[in-house]
Amino acid sequence: MLTITDLQVRAGDKQILNGINLTVQPGEVHAIMGPNGSGKSTLVQVLAGREGYQVTQGSVSLHGRDLLELAPEERARAGVFLAFQYPVEIPGVNNVYLLKAGLNAIRKHRGQPELDAFEFLSLIKDKMKLMQMDESFLSRGVNEGFSGGEKKRNEILQMAVLEPQLALLDETDSGLDIDALRVVAKGVNSLRSPQRAIVMVTHYQRLLDYIEPDHVHVLSAGRIVKSGDKALARELERRGYDWTVAA
Amino acid sequence: MASNPQNDTLEALVNQKYRHGFVTDIESDTVPPGLDEDVIRLISLKKQEPDFLLQWRLKAFQHWRTMREPHWAQLRVAPIDYQAISYFSAPKARKDAPKSLDEVDPKLLETYAKLGVPLHERARLAGIAVDAVFDSVSVATTFKERLAAAGVIFCSFSDAVRNHPALIEQYLGTVVPHTDNFFAALNSAVFTDGSFVYVPKGVRCPMELSTYFRINAANTGQFERTLIIADEGSYVSYLEGCTAPMRDENQLHAAVVELITLADAQIKYSTVQNWYPGDEHGVGGIYNFVTKRGECRGANSRISWTQVETGSAITWKYPSCVLSGDNSVGEFYSVALTNNYQQADTGTKMIHIGRNTRSTIVSKGISAGHGQNSYRGLVKILPSATNARNFTQCDSLLMGDRCGAHTFPYMEVRCPSASVEHEATTSKIGDDQLFYCLSRGISEEDAVNMIVNGFCKSVFKELPMEFAVEAQNLLAVSLENAVG
Repeated sequence: MLTITDLQVRAGDKQILNGINLTVQPGEVHAIMGPNGSGKSTLVQVLAGREGYQVTQGSVSLHGRDLLELAPEERARAGVFLAFQYPVEIPGVNNVYLLKAGLNAIRKHRGQPELDAFEFLSLIKDKMKLMQMDESFLSRGVNEGFSGGEKKRNEILQMAVLEPQLALLDETDSGLDIDALRVVAKGVNSLRSPQRAIVMVTHYQRLLDYIEPDHVHVLSAGRIVKSGDKALARELERRGYDWTVAA
Repeated sequence: MASNPQNDTLEALVNQKYRHGFVTDIESDTVPPGLDEDVIRLISLKKQEPDFLLQWRLKAFQHWRTMREPHWAQLRVAPIDYQAISYFSAPKARKDAPKSLDEVDPKLLETYAKLGVPLHERARLAGIAVDAVFDSVSVATTFKERLAAAGVIFCSFSDAVRNHPALIEQYLGTVVPHTDNFFAALNSAVFTDGSFVYVPKGVRCPMELSTYFRINAANTGQFERTLIIADEGSYVSYLEGCTAPMRDENQLHAAVVELITLADAQIKYSTVQNWYPGDEHGVGGIYNFVTKRGECRGANSRISWTQVETGSAITWKYPSCVLSGDNSVGEFYSVALTNNYQQADTGTKMIHIGRNTRSTIVSKGISAGHGQNSYRGLVKILPSATNARNFTQCDSLLMGDRCGAHTFPYMEVRCPSASVEHEATTSKIGDDQLFYCLSRGISEEDAVNMIVNGFCKSVFKELPMEFAVEAQNLLAVSLENAVG
């Protein structure tokens, strides 16, 4: 469903991705690992359509459609979702309001009827139970005053509501204590389905104990230098990243 | 930040054409341009004013002639030729003033309809009395009976001069003296009409009071005078909203608003200002040099100013509170948006005189295009104001990289037991915030509106409900794409 071919990306004068090739099928979970600065976050940001990067070569297609041609909101409506590493605060904008606006934009695009306030509320209350978020969340501003753990849970809650086909998780485990990590992982696991693909970027193997990937890739200096199954992640944990580059 | 396509999109979003641009063709009874004592005498004569008012005007005029235009604000103002302005313009009088809406010029009513200001029906449904200022003379006043039953006087300034001269003589110029500043002095000399409110002791005004200001005849300066008096233990909420037709020349607007609260009284004064801001090249637009000030004269009284300023080419405006009464409270909540070449220098003055006086200032400035937005505020605490407290928050939001935001907070604290807090932030409408919304499937236009409205939320919640909705719409319109 997602095919990345020889993707090369720069930001300003700096070359960050040097020819990424990756194919993701529906139902699969891919983990992208690698040291800091290897280009992991850039990859998912580019897939979600963030400004400030120039694609100098290569292509990305989602269900045969050129993803790079689409504006970020069009990508979201086509089923791409990015769970941010650092979810931004938007003061004064209600959490639920933002999410409802997003869901309805996506539903409209799919030709589904928009949800009214009551329908939306009952939907989100279900999903909040899953993410163990209390009712006060409904009245708060977008990520306003949220703890690190709350922000990450909020990202997965949004994913649960928007039901993407391709979910990109950017360092979703960073800054989480073990309890919060369990909640987040439980949420992600409940969203695994034969129709949905998940690409998660992480620095640590720890996350993979809770969300088991089908494929693991090691990114170094903007290239995938090694691919394997979850055993690769364990080996990385034991031996570090250096040997993958040497190999 | 070499090239940022999001800036270009933002530019398109904020590039919104002014919707209320049209000129109504009503024969005006206009005095030729120019200003001297004879013109002032003529205005006073046309309005059949008592002598004290004429003398007051003449004193103001003599003082004005000794004054110079202020140039301390962060504004670039093209020279104004005060002799080129016509100082009186009234819709041509039929034999008598209209007694009901049926007698009002249908064209005038049409104008209001175009503006979405349905004087006759929707106003009644909304429970709002409308004292409509068209050019300089009030032509229609509604709800008088219901207000009269409560003892509330709500009428045009001219009517008040005729029917309640003692109140005018007692209170006019006691908060903003005729010597106060260049524009207030000019206004005092030449004002033609405005609104007057008196709420008697212990009365809670049974409805929100609303005035829609319009500027219409070409080259006619507008010099309104508003005076609101809340007697002991009374309460009134006053709404002021305005739009103006599109034109090329700059138009001077120098109003004066005076509020007075006696003991335990409260005035809530809300403004949505949407005058013609000039076109996208900075041509035309209203010059708004207005003096607004309230005095909490009695103990435990309260004055709240809430303003949403999206219009005018130049805004020079500092709604202020003089907190004379012990335990009195002054509040200022402001959203000011400047787009294209608009300039705003706005803020407030809180003068603490009484003991335990409190003031709150919340200012939200939004700059887009080449807009320049300044907050200028003074918190002055006199030695008598023991335990006075002030909290000030000024936030600026920048859209694009050619606009500017400036903050000039002045503090003068002469009382050791006072406490003054000031918080200020400046942020760009974040690429991060925008991208976050987009990545949830929300369109760019909706995302910008959402972020801007969120930014203004703490001010909007101070507005009366129907006004809050209007303010949100206005902001959306001001930032909306020209298409649609």
